[in-house]
Amino acid sequence: MSALRNGESAETAESADTGVADDATDDGRGSSGPLVELADVEFGYTATPVVEDISLRIDPGEYVAIVGPNGSGKSTLMKLILGLLRPDEGTARLFGEPSHAFDDGARIGYVAQHASASKEMPITVREVVKMGRFPHVGFGRLSAEDHRIVDEALATVGMSDFANRRVTKLSGGQRQRAFIARALAGEADLLVLDEPTVGVDAESVDAFYDLLEALNEEGITILLIEHDLGAVTDHARRVVCLNREVYFDGPTDEFVESDALARAFGTAASFAGGSGGGRA
Amino acid sequence: MIPVELFAALQAGPLDAVLAPLYWVLALWSDLLFAVGDATGLSFLDYAFMHRAILVGLCIGVMAPLIGTFLVHRQLALIGDALAHTAFAGVAIGLFLNGVFSLGVSPYLTAVVVAVIAALLIELISEATDAYNDVSMAIVLSTGFALGTVLISLNAGGLAVGINQYLFGNLSTVSAENAAILLVLFAVIVGTVALTRNQLLYVTFDETAAAVSGISVTWYNRVMVMLTALVVVGAMQIMGVILVAAMLVVPVAGAAQVSRSFSESLLVSVVLAELAVLLGIGASYYGEATAGGVIVLFAVGIYVVSVAVGKLQARAGEDATPELGSIESSDL
Repeated sequence: MSALRNGESAETAESADTGVADDATDDGRGSSGPLVELADVEFGYTATPVVEDISLRIDPGEYVAIVGPNGSGKSTLMKLILGLLRPDEGTARLFGEPSHAFDDGARIGYVAQHASASKEMPITVREVVKMGRFPHVGFGRLSAEDHRIVDEALATVGMSDFANRRVTKLSGGQRQRAFIARALAGEADLLVLDEPTVGVDAESVDAFYDLLEALNEEGITILLIEHDLGAVTDHARRVVCLNREVYFDGPTDEFVESDALARAFGTAASFAGGSGGGRA
Repeated sequence: MIPVELFAALQAGPLDAVLAPLYWVLALWSDLLFAVGDATGLSFLDYAFMHRAILVGLCIGVMAPLIGTFLVHRQLALIGDALAHTAFAGVAIGLFLNGVFSLGVSPYLTAVVVAVIAALLIELISEATDAYNDVSMAIVLSTGFALGTVLISLNAGGLAVGINQYLFGNLSTVSAENAAILLVLFAVIVGTVALTRNQLLYVTFDETAAAVSGISVTWYNRVMVMLTALVVVGAMQIMGVILVAAMLVVPVAGAAQVSRSFSESLLVSVVLAELAVLLGIGASYYGEATAGGVIVLFAVGIYVVSVAVGKLQARAGEDATPELGSIESSDL
């Protein structure tokens, strides 16, 4: 079920249809084949699977949101996609390679729920954003061009004046912007965002989704994990509704009309956007 | 006894060949400090052993906070302590081999080997159990120390072997060979950190994002603990087993109070450590006290001052809050 946007090259659509993903040597931005491909994936931290029977394919240029109630396995699914976890059953592939073996970090931008990073370390916003360039420079030094990209990313998220602030002194929302800037600075083909707007003020959230949309128009593939259903239905083009298994996978319009939401969430859920966010 | 002969040959031949240029460096350094001593009239610069001690101290002041910065910010401050105690077992093994087989191996060399193996062991345990748990660390620590004490008591030379210098450190026993070994360790440590600073920083700050960006977190964790083992053994000569971990932690904690950026905190922690080392060595010479303890007391004093300065800085810096810009998608 490929929801390719119009305007992407015909070549992309064509090769996507063949479903061949073994072309690991192709590392161009317009590479053929799906970026993400899960086949019958099952995973559990214990004997009970957290996710099971997941088959999912994300093609270049898509804007996909994964939604589901707390504890539905959203974050686990994301880790499987990124290769941070290995499936118990089935296969997970990233850019045509087994996800766990994929190591071209320059192609993936990642924004986590902000809990993950060290909270006491002395480090400035600019130093954090510079990390986005690390996969590009390896053991080398950042060039003038790298620094320009970092400045640009800072400006894009409105954090230029905070560049030399210590990250520990920022509010949750400001810190989240820094992490978003880091992902932008990576100039990745695929942006993976796990509830990126938690703690960000409402006004900036809208601006942030506009930014994602603009990035997507540029051809960057976006995978969003969200509990805010309002944001998802307003912005994403394709929705994957998850509660241990996939309840729905298709265009956002169809998702809104379907009963997948009620089935997955069990109780009455609405698109008004739940802000009672805990992590999955 | 083939292994013994092999050991002896190794020890007499290649090691001295490798260290020869370093002896030359040490001689140059000694000449320099004699000159400084003449010019300033500082009496403790009249002794060659003090020159070596100061050189070793200066190296410790760079490499300990350098590695410590990466450890402290991952809440691994105590790993240095655990490794120091296993290094003590390494020293004991060295003394034991020397006593039984009359090898003449520097106990610091065996300490390096044992500490690196222990470091990898801790890392493998943490990989298998998915966490650095303080229980496994405590087990490794006590095993190391127990092994050390048992081997020393079994030693053919009996308890006559001076283990105090390993436990508490000693300025006057820094031999030219040990100083040269330390210079090698110093070069390996500083070189490795200089090469992999990006990766180490990323892994330290945000392990998950580092993994996504293609950095092998497991591999860099292993590098980190092995470097820690090297620092611990290098610093042990002056600091002693029991206090060596302080140099990994205390200057770094002080620097974190007053620094805003990571590079600044690295620099400040080195400056604070050097200050503690030089004040400590000077004071211990004139006060005739154990250098390791005096250095650590100075370091802690500097830490307390840093906390106060940090509080003052925070108070002074509260007024200016810049305007938060808006998120722009138009300029893409």
